[in-house]
Amino acid sequence: MKPSKENLLWMYEAMVQARHYEETMARAYMEGKSPKFDIGSGPVPGEMHLAAGQEPCAAGVCAHLRPTDTVTATHRPHHAAIAKGVDLNRMTAEIFGKATGLGGGRGGHMHLFDPDVHFSCSGIIGESCGPAVGAALAAQMQKRDDVAVAYLGDGAANQGAFHEALNLAAIWNLPVIFVVEDNSYGISVPKSASTAIAHNSDRAGAYGMAGEYVADNDVLGVFAAAGKAVKRAREGKGPSLIEVETYRYFGHFQGDPELYRPKGEVEALKAKDPIARLREHILKEGAHDEAALDAALATAHDAVDAAFAFARQSPDAAPKDALSAVFV
Amino acid sequence: MSNRILTISAAMSEAIAQEMRADPSVFVMGEDIGAYGGIFGATTGLLDEFGAERIRDTPISETAFIGASVGAAMSGMRPIAELMFVDFFGVCMDAIYNLAAKNTYFSGGACPVPMVLMMAGGGGYSDGAQHSQTLYATFAHMPGLKVVTPSNAHDAKGMMIAAIRDDNPVVFMFHKGLQGLGWMASVEGAATKVPEEAYTLPFGEVAVRRTGADVSIVALGLMVHRAIEAAEILQKEGIDAEIIDLRTLVPLDRDGVFRSVKKTGRMVVVDEDYTSYGVTAEVIASVVERDISVLKAAPKRVAYPDIPIPYARPMEQMALPNAVNIAEAARAAFTSKG
Ligand SMILES: Cc1ncc(C[n+]2csc(CCOP(=O)(O)OP(=O)(O)O)c2C)c(N)n1
Repeated sequence: MKPSKENLLWMYEAMVQARHYEETMARAYMEGKSPKFDIGSGPVPGEMHLAAGQEPCAAGVCAHLRPTDTVTATHRPHHAAIAKGVDLNRMTAEIFGKATGLGGGRGGHMHLFDPDVHFSCSGIIGESCGPAVGAALAAQMQKRDDVAVAYLGDGAANQGAFHEALNLAAIWNLPVIFVVEDNSYGISVPKSASTAIAHNSDRAGAYGMAGEYVADNDVLGVFAAAGKAVKRAREGKGPSLIEVETYRYFGHFQGDPELYRPKGEVEALKAKDPIARLREHILKEGAHDEAALDAALATAHDAVDAAFAFARQSPDAAPKDALSAVFV
Repeated sequence: MSNRILTISAAMSEAIAQEMRADPSVFVMGEDIGAYGGIFGATTGLLDEFGAERIRDTPISETAFIGASVGAAMSGMRPIAELMFVDFFGVCMDAIYNLAAKNTYFSGGACPVPMVLMMAGGGGYSDGAQHSQTLYATFAHMPGLKVVTPSNAHDAKGMMIAAIRDDNPVVFMFHKGLQGLGWMASVEGAATKVPEEAYTLPFGEVAVRRTGADVSIVALGLMVHRAIEAAEILQKEGIDAEIIDLRTLVPLDRDGVFRSVKKTGRMVVVDEDYTSYGVTAEVIASVVERDISVLKAAPKRVAYPDIPIPYARPMEQMALPNAVNIAEAARAAFTSKG
């Protein structure tokens, strides 16, 4: 399946927006954390997991989705949230702990919920799978042709929750797509030391579903694989598993000394950056010209900058609000 | 005795190294405990000395490797398993609750499970509700597990060595805010003098951190340090607080708590874990059911409200017990007639 001109422009914009978001967040996160780095200080405290480099996994899949489809993401959720259309202002405000945030500051960066576009995530590894299966089950029972997508990391594919979810999805023939982001690491442990096979997509066969591996962090490859999987799901033909070879440019979390990572690895990866490659592809195909791409980039950056401004200007969550919203 | 000061994380890794040198059956497994040295520093430097066979990085498969710890422990080894954040217990609780905790009993004592399960707890740095819990009571509630929660480095080393040598499964719960990590604020009082040699501390003995005549403040983990701050506030008002550090939840030194409360006649119990059905209720019950007449006032508890832990700083800080509200509770106990 080849992307249309509109698809190409949309994916480009989603990817540059996610990239600009992560780079802006990386800077905001470091505010107030010097001279002594303290994870709990600054306007954005707590752990921060950024997904710069992994944009193809988000854009290539979400290009096929509509607002009523469900996405469940991981502890590294921003790129997927952006591609799914989560309210950027409220998401950023949530991460800044503001009253205007998606959860009024209760959730934070690993716990973003936007029911308007059916997006949620969890900081517990592997736990994105069950809720996606449930969303797919609901769609099937309610006779809607909506689909659900669960994002997880290559490390998460060693969790029991992943294997049980795959089996459930297969036996019930559910419209769900498992997208494994293979960035080669689970924190410091390389995939080669945690997983005895090269591709998690090969595990699909063991559960009776289609599996596909997309190499080289290629957004066009992701788009093609996801297109087939979403079509299959919408037509009631069951679940799929896609693993994408991808890269994370930052550490596992901000502040990670990355002692486990070979020197120069990130620089080598950046030399084949997926966004630059997509831009080149679009220009070569003549789908859009430089001016159109620059305009898309400017729009995307503006939206991000506006979201950060919104978050910063918003009022802090009030202390007493901690006690509300437990039972609603 | 040596005068060197160690952080809790350094004391833990020293304890593990000394036991690994002395006993080839001791080994560690868990996520990022090798090259990373443990996210909370408990295995720093151990991979270099002991190699990847005994300092074993695992996949993110807690059900499997904690279950495997149970099996290895029943087969002549002494595994130490690290479950990074206590909050992750949900994915592997069966291995903990139904295997580690029960096999000794099932076997009439014939199959002990000499393993240590170490895990980090605690909030206060905006990591959200899935990474900030303490869950002390959850583990202490289930028979078959010993549960220890050191508040300083000296205790951490002695309790870790005791845990490794213990033939029972021991849950070693350490508080992130006491570890002395480079990237997270740590309470100063947690880093203490630690002897070079290996030593053990007995489980089931409270430590009196401060003697006082007017009110007993009973606490554990990080809250011991908050209670000490509260005692300083109270001192200025002429209220003399005694601070009891529980140190182990199972076994619980009920006699030690009772002794203090009998002396002061008033008690405040402080816990960073959720209020309802928690440590605070258990400690109070152990006094009042023995002899309620030792109390001159109703006991008070200061613990985490029954809400998931909020991310935003103003909300989280409001909900966490601190010196001010501990002092307030002690003051209320002091002035009320009960
Ligand atoms: C059940 C559980 N175990 C462990 C962790 C700690 N942890 C957070 S992220 C992570 C690595 C995840 O690796 P992967 O799934 O490959 O995702 P990536 O971080 O590479 O995006 C681990 C071990 C957790 N959050 N939940």
